[in-house]
Amino acid sequence: MVKRSGLIGACLALLLGCSTATGPVLYQRLGAEEGINAIVDGLLFEIEHDERIVHHFADSDIGRFRAMLTEQLCDLTGGPCQYSGSTMQQSHTGFNITLADYDALVEGLIKVMQRQQISITDQNALLALLAPMYKDISYR
Amino acid sequence: MNLRLLLIIFFCLPTLASAGSKIIATGGATTVEGNAGGGIVPWAVINGYASSDEWSVTTFAGRVGVNDFSLNSAGIALSLDNTWELSYARQRFALESIGGSLSQDIFSVKYHLAGELLYTAMPQISLGIQHKRNLDFALPQAVGARSANGTDFYLAASKLLFNQVAGRNLLLNGTLRASKANQTGLLGFGSSNDNSYQLLFEGSAAVLLNYNLALGIEYKQKPDNLAFAAEQHWRDIFIAWFINKNVSVTGAYVDLGNIAGQGSQTGYYLALEATW
Ligand code: HEM
Repeated sequence: MVKRSGLIGACLALLLGCSTATGPVLYQRLGAEEGINAIVDGLLFEIEHDERIVHHFADSDIGRFRAMLTEQLCDLTGGPCQYSGSTMQQSHTGFNITLADYDALVEGLIKVMQRQQISITDQNALLALLAPMYKDISYR
Repeated sequence: MNLRLLLIIFFCLPTLASAGSKIIATGGATTVEGNAGGGIVPWAVINGYASSDEWSVTTFAGRVGVNDFSLNSAGIALSLDNTWELSYARQRFALESIGGSLSQDIFSVKYHLAGELLYTAMPQISLGIQHKRNLDFALPQAVGARSANGTDFYLAASKLLFNQVAGRNLLLNGTLRASKANQTGLLGFGSSNDNSYQLLFEGSAAVLLNYNLALGIEYKQKPDNLAFAAEQHWRDIFIAWFINKNVSVTGAYVDLGNIAGQGSQTGYYLALEATW
């Protein structure tokens, strides 16, 4: 009996192990704190050199933007952070961010992720988290 | 269009102007009828890379080669604001084993109604109209077609789902078309005893292996109006290589079923596209 329950226990542990063993969370796969910092800095560089969208940031506190975006990406991807900034609606209201602006920023992000040789799977996982924010960010 | 002109267009003009802001591959390839889509199914996406408040021009040339026939098509499209797609295509269908050829002009308008392929939960939805004018109606008429000109209407829904198949993005498309066309209009429209519109389904699914490569399948339901020969549905398996935002190449294995009484027509599709 003891033997059997031990066996069942082992099987359960194996099963649970399997169902939770989906590998490290996206935060880890992107390179944790260092990786996220590199993505955000890379994106800031891309924005700075993208004449299509850089004007939106003319009056922004870039230090705050950098800190908030880092925190948000860490939070979203399952890292040990809690996003403390404004909602996406609040922070983008008044900028009238267009579809073309959104495309430009996503294209910049893709460039950065390619440069950092992030796997296509992890790139897509991050894009899957960011793409749906369009409705909160655009045309406000 | 002669070959030299095409080559000049494909390799020189794209370098003169930058493409629009849309993400690479999201303008799709161009169908044999000149609309953004796969090879045979029009999608809800607008051709080229013009995002909001931008415009772009796309040209393409393609060739289908199956056992007894070939279909050459070429065309040009103007896209505005990621909302309107205005296109023109000329098709020449050669009856390689029987002799002779059939040509038609296709004028199309596509209007993007709602949704954004990448960004909204709702699929991107577009409405399209294709006006086709057969230029060699004698043969279609002889085999029972009623008219040389016809207009198709379609409603297309397209959605890109991120991170679906082995971490790759999946593009799904469904299109409902109202048509009277026989062999897409190459054999005219309607028949002596049937001149009504039929509702037809077309679909495609593609996996984006990376940002530049899409591997997909397509299915196109077809009517069967003419008594002289059975018309069958079309299918293909395609690979599209978006080399950059200016140039893409599409290759496919196609199965067009029976055509004009000639048994199972299978073969290749190859198309080159330039955008600026
Ligand atoms: C991919 C989706 C996006 C995400 C996740 C995102 C995230 C953020 C975050 C976290 C902030 C800081 C909020 C705060 O200060 O509390 C912010 C601010 C800002 N974002 Fe975005 N953003 C996105 C898209 C865009 C786009 C497409 C543009 C325009 C091209 C844009 C322009 C701005 C600007 C100008 C600010 C600064 C606002 C200010 O000065 O107060 N964002 N964004």
